Amino acid sequence: MNSNDTLIPHIGVVTDIRIDTPDVKTFRVVSPEGGKVFEHMPGQCAMLSIPGVGEAMFSITSSPTNKEFMEFSIKKCGCLTNWLHMMDVGQQITIRGPYGNAFPVDTELKGKDLLFIAGGIGLAPLRSVINYVRDNRADYGDVQIVYGSRSKEDLVDYQEIISEWMNDNGVQVNLTIDNAQEGWDGHVGFVPDYVKELAPSTNKTVLVCGPPIMIKFTLAGLKEIGFTETQVYTTMELRMKCGVGKCGRCNIGNKYVCKDGPVFRYDELGELPDEY
Amino acid sequence: MLRISIDKIDELFAAASAKQTLYIPADRDGTAEFTKWENGIRLSNSLNTVRSVKDFFFPQTENLVDFKLKGKNIEINDIREECEDFVIFGVRACDARSFTILEKVYLADPVDSFYKNRRDHGTVVTMACTRPSETCFCGVFGIDPTAPEGDAACWSDGKYYYFEAYTDKGQKFIDSVSSLLEDGDTADLEKVKEATKNILSRLPLANLSTESFGGDKLNEYFNSEKWAELSESCLGCGTCTFVCPTCQCYDIRDFDTGNGIKRYRCWDSCMYSDFTKMAHGNPRLTQLERFRQRFMHKLVYFPANNNGEFGCVGCGRCLSRCPVSMNIVKVMKALEVK
Ligand SMILES: Cc1cc2nc3c(=O)[nH]c(=O)nc-3n(C[C@H](O)[C@H](O)[C@H](O)COP(=O)(O)OP(=O)(O)OC[C@H]3O[C@@H](n4cnc5c(N)ncnc54)[C@H](O)[C@@H]3O)c2cc1C
Ligand code: SF4
Ligand code: SF4
Ligand code: FES
Repeated sequence: MNSNDTLIPHIGVVTDIRIDTPDVKTFRVVSPEGGKVFEHMPGQCAMLSIPGVGEAMFSITSSPTNKEFMEFSIKKCGCLTNWLHMMDVGQQITIRGPYGNAFPVDTELKGKDLLFIAGGIGLAPLRSVINYVRDNRADYGDVQIVYGSRSKEDLVDYQEIISEWMNDNGVQVNLTIDNAQEGWDGHVGFVPDYVKELAPSTNKTVLVCGPPIMIKFTLAGLKEIGFTETQVYTTMELRMKCGVGKCGRCNIGNKYVCKDGPVFRYDELGELPDEY
Repeated sequence: MLRISIDKIDELFAAASAKQTLYIPADRDGTAEFTKWENGIRLSNSLNTVRSVKDFFFPQTENLVDFKLKGKNIEINDIREECEDFVIFGVRACDARSFTILEKVYLADPVDSFYKNRRDHGTVVTMACTRPSETCFCGVFGIDPTAPEGDAACWSDGKYYYFEAYTDKGQKFIDSVSSLLEDGDTADLEKVKEATKNILSRLPLANLSTESFGGDKLNEYFNSEKWAELSESCLGCGTCTFVCPTCQCYDIRDFDTGNGIKRYRCWDSCMYSDFTKMAHGNPRLTQLERFRQRFMHKLVYFPANNNGEFGCVGCGRCLSRCPVSMNIVKVMKALEVK
């Protein structure tokens, strides 16, 4: 048989491993011949696996404007992710995708002032959009990024944030950590409260990603300031196996998160049953 | 119409199986299952098989791909092979319609090549029903068991089996046995069909209404307070999903053979507690949510995505097999919004 099947993966080679936080590492992946295994759009995901260990879905955190490699920021929390955290550069993995829809970077987000709100590992999918926007600067308005984690050590992509994002024109970064700690003179407090404090202009389009509880309070806060649901995008996370709407695992109502998501506009999500 | 005398059916099976593997419903320990035909295997008189015909196209387990790990390197072996031609004889109209439903999933882009391979090589010869049972409600979904779909169909009037082809594959099957067939009139067959239609109209579930179901009242049904009572007795055993010809959920797992890794898929069930379990929690914590998912999928979500078509064919398997007698009919009756 010579037809392709999305369930049969490709080989990827891990060429760089960056320690981001005590439990998050960022992995650089290329094909054995060099270059990316496939193209994607910001917000899309891929299934990574070590055969015999497990297979799981991860956001592609690098921007499609990066032509050399893909990156994944992965939090250690189980069988496969533990294994990935233990491996060394040069290890081969399997990869299939890209899966899901993307943030509407070429349509609804174009020309807009953008507000990114992220908590913890939730920065992973947003980083792809942020770097896409930075590489296509003329197509978008101002960019504001509000990002928070438990502690300074738990901020993913910290080096890139302070040495690149913070130095960009038209990009404002507001970092926060949950509790005060030595060596941190930035903001202290939870993301949803910080967003309200910052009182961003309500003409912005919002992209939010983080733990469910953070998203919930952030959305409530945004509404208080005067944002509407049609201005807010988020990504959903449900257990996945196939990635293409066939294994029947990841639905919310009649939508499959792997295929119809993971990106949803809040008003669309509001029409679905509350089961996520 | 082409026909063969009933007492010659074994000759027909022998001729067909000389060309390609043939499966027919045969009795085993008191129940009927599709069985590979060989001399001595007799066609069952049962109305339907316990396991549905989906087993042939979406088997309970199947190997997807093999891997070998060599140091830091991985070798991927695409083990797919073109499947051999086969015929399944005696498929009922409800099961035949289940393909339309499975195909909306498996043949939608990106095509599932494993399913398609088997569909491309499998010929489905259906058999019209004459003695529908009290658990049958295919008619509710617009299925006529006296005129089943399939690649070819077969009818019986008690004296002859009559054949008609609908597709090239069906014609190929009939050609493979044509030396045994003769042309004959269908007057008696028409009488049998009328008698069957008469039984169908008097079945206890003939008037079950699907009218209020579909995609429109999605949240209304989801939030119905009836789910608590309906799901109360459900054991979460998954039997209903495994016998169901339209249930299509699967898991993907790896098996270390000691000499390489086999990645396989196997049936899974939305009725199981770990189906949606994740590192940070489970959106379907109790059996209520899991039970609701199965029936919402068939009666509301599937039609919402497929122009109103339901995800059930009324085969009645979940009615006769559930250990606590819960089933889709009870759900429909309890839930119906008048
Ligand atoms: C669209 C999407 C995007 C994602 N993006 C990212 C990302 O960018 N970065 C990231 O770090 N993560 C991401 N994730 C989450 C990631 O997929 C999970 O963390 C990953 O599946 C964990 O795999 P594991 O094998 O390490 O954990 P597992 O070993 O599978 O276990 C994790 C936990 O789940 C439970 N569990 C799992 N399976 C079972 C079972 N069969 N029975 C009982 N309990 C079970 C266990 O309680 C265990 O503690 C994403 C998920 C989705 C759906
Ligand atoms: S839900 Fe029950 S009656 Fe309907 S197709 Fe499945 S097993 Fe048959
Ligand atoms: S409805 Fe019946 S057959 Fe289905 S999981 Fe529950 S107890 Fe088992
Ligand atoms: S992961 Fe299989 S349906 Fe979404």
